[in-house]
Amino acid sequence: MLGLNKSAGKPREETDAKRVQFNSRLLPYLFLAPQMAIIFIFFYWPSVQAIHSSFYLEDPFGFGSTFVGMANYTDVLKSGEYLGIARFTAVFTALVTFFSLAIGLLLAVKADGVIRGNATYKTLLIWVYAIAPPVAGLMGMMMFDQHIGPLVKVAAFFGWDMKVGLNYNDTAFAMIVVSVWKQIPYNFIFFLSGLQGIPVSVREAALMDCRSGFRRFWTVILPLLAPTAFFLLIINTTYALFDTFGVIDVMVKDKAANNPITLVYKVYMDGFRGNDLGGSSAQSVILMIIVFVLTIFQFRFIERRVHYN
Amino acid sequence: MIRKFTMTGLALVFSATSSFAATNISWWHGMAGRNGEVINEIATKFNASQTACALTPVSKGTYEEALASGIAAFRSGEQPNILQVFDAGAATIINAKGAVIPAEDLINNAGYTFDRDAFIDGVRYFYADSEGKFVGMPFNSSAPIMYINDEALKKAGVEAPKTWEEFEAAAPKLKAAGFIPLVQSQLTWQFTENFFSRNNIQFATNNNGYDSVTDTTLKVTDPNLIMMFDKLKAWADEGYFAYYGAGWNDNQKMFEENKAALWIGSSGSFGGLTKTAQMPFSATFLPYWGSIKGAGTSSFIGGAALFAMAGKPEAENKCVADFFQFLTSPEIQKFYHQATGYVAITKAAYELAKAEGYYKEKPAAEVGIQQLMLPAGEWSKGYRLGFYPQIREIMEREYGRIFAGEVSVKDAFDTIEKEGNELLARFAKTAG
Repeated sequence: MLGLNKSAGKPREETDAKRVQFNSRLLPYLFLAPQMAIIFIFFYWPSVQAIHSSFYLEDPFGFGSTFVGMANYTDVLKSGEYLGIARFTAVFTALVTFFSLAIGLLLAVKADGVIRGNATYKTLLIWVYAIAPPVAGLMGMMMFDQHIGPLVKVAAFFGWDMKVGLNYNDTAFAMIVVSVWKQIPYNFIFFLSGLQGIPVSVREAALMDCRSGFRRFWTVILPLLAPTAFFLLIINTTYALFDTFGVIDVMVKDKAANNPITLVYKVYMDGFRGNDLGGSSAQSVILMIIVFVLTIFQFRFIERRVHYN
Repeated sequence: MIRKFTMTGLALVFSATSSFAATNISWWHGMAGRNGEVINEIATKFNASQTACALTPVSKGTYEEALASGIAAFRSGEQPNILQVFDAGAATIINAKGAVIPAEDLINNAGYTFDRDAFIDGVRYFYADSEGKFVGMPFNSSAPIMYINDEALKKAGVEAPKTWEEFEAAAPKLKAAGFIPLVQSQLTWQFTENFFSRNNIQFATNNNGYDSVTDTTLKVTDPNLIMMFDKLKAWADEGYFAYYGAGWNDNQKMFEENKAALWIGSSGSFGGLTKTAQMPFSATFLPYWGSIKGAGTSSFIGGAALFAMAGKPEAENKCVADFFQFLTSPEIQKFYHQATGYVAITKAAYELAKAEGYYKEKPAAEVGIQQLMLPAGEWSKGYRLGFYPQIREIMEREYGRIFAGEVSVKDAFDTIEKEGNELLARFAKTAG
């Protein structure tokens, strides 16, 4: 009807009876076109623009533009501030990814075992995901507020004089807590559906072979969850690198000062706040390369150990 | 029912034709909340005052977002007629030769006579070129002033300090009376940029950057500035000064809650403070150092200015000129001053508000204007520095580290000067 029909007439195609064929050669491209257009307009084109302007020093209004070669890159990579931000970003990403995966998994395993009222538990654990990052940041900011924050009062009870916004490490701690909290439900949903996808027969067989629940988890359940975990690892890394922007922006209240920020926030500060288009473009190209390398690394070295079944 | 629809339809047609007849001009700004509403009220007043032009204000979010949108729009030929640009972004737009029509030229070309002397001294230079020609039209202007917790001072038995020496003498008594003697809300604006203007000290080479972008360097390792921050750090250690980070409100809060005796805020803060402060307060000038020769000069304006964007038809430019004339008329200036708390920028508006007895009722509203009308010094007119938003960020970072005890004051300013000069050199290349 839509120009599709089951293949008929050509003997080669009869071998695969279920295969659907297009009548016209152009039609598949036509169907792909909207998606390609979106990728082109919102990804390739800006990327090419960014690469182009990373080699120029430009007046923001577009009057003067000087070709400076690699100078934007060398300036950035020589800057102690930038390297400090890169170090923080690495630590931040590692910690946020690890804790949101670990806690998400723990909660999923426990919720999977609950029989009575499990829908309530699951809903309670999932609904945090509906909160937008800036709102999560806002809530975090209030929880950690220097003057009225309840978590600051709790910390004070243990003798920790927490000063979020003033002390680098305290702010880093608060940012990590809020970012992890925001991401746990997402991981929880995926781990839970992954767990429910493990056949009961496998679980029962494992139960007969081994009495230790902990060992059963490590040797049977976790390997079967590996595809889910690998997918989540990539998603969480990108989350920590990019999507935490809203949390950070709200928590530093628009003024980073001596507080920690991530690389993507630095791109925003230099490009949109400081109007340094060349420098900011160079930074976003560097970020693009980091993500590219990280993804290749994850696919080559970690995915090898993942078994899809 | 049908008749009612027809009537509405007719009304729509007529109102549409009347606005088609008028020249439409747009105004992008970065104000929200009450200040954004006041902008709409001004536009309504302007549209009601004449029929030739129809002004539409559009909020673009924050100051930074307004500037970024304006730049993006300019690059694609979709710029608004009027763009509001904040103090730290002034160098970006003024150095982009050809992006704006200087306000003074615009107004003179439209057949009006632009009178620089009509403006109060403190607002005349910041958005002007090195010859004093107005490039931007000052709009919302404020000055850093000191708010006083009257009860705290009475309890401690001290007078409001005029100089930092007097503050140093009063601080132990204020502390003994159970108050944090001093808090502030923006170290960059209040204790750096305006430190230079209030104490009449050079901030940067090339006439504070006004003369040229080439080879402009910061002079933030000035011994007086280092002394100011050494003192602040020492006061913080003694409990005479408290720093709650770079966020404005975290610091203001201590004053509002009657915990601090003195707060350096903005002349525009008094309106909000009247609602939030838990105790009676008054205001006075930002202190200066009596020990610095020639100190006590005026401060310069903060806030933002309106820029007439280039590349628009003559008829629209005429409308922008009409609007600027309307905006600087004493009645509108007085209205804006009283509705928002920003200072009146013309002498006539100030006189009008004074004659009305407004300052008898609200003495704190007058302090900012008076401070801007103090005698000017060679270095009190402000600065014109490129990539200044980033330079401010470097300052904020280093100031935070000073009060966290991670770095000495001297080292912090060495870093600011070094990184700031690198940014200025980069900016000179973009403008070249």
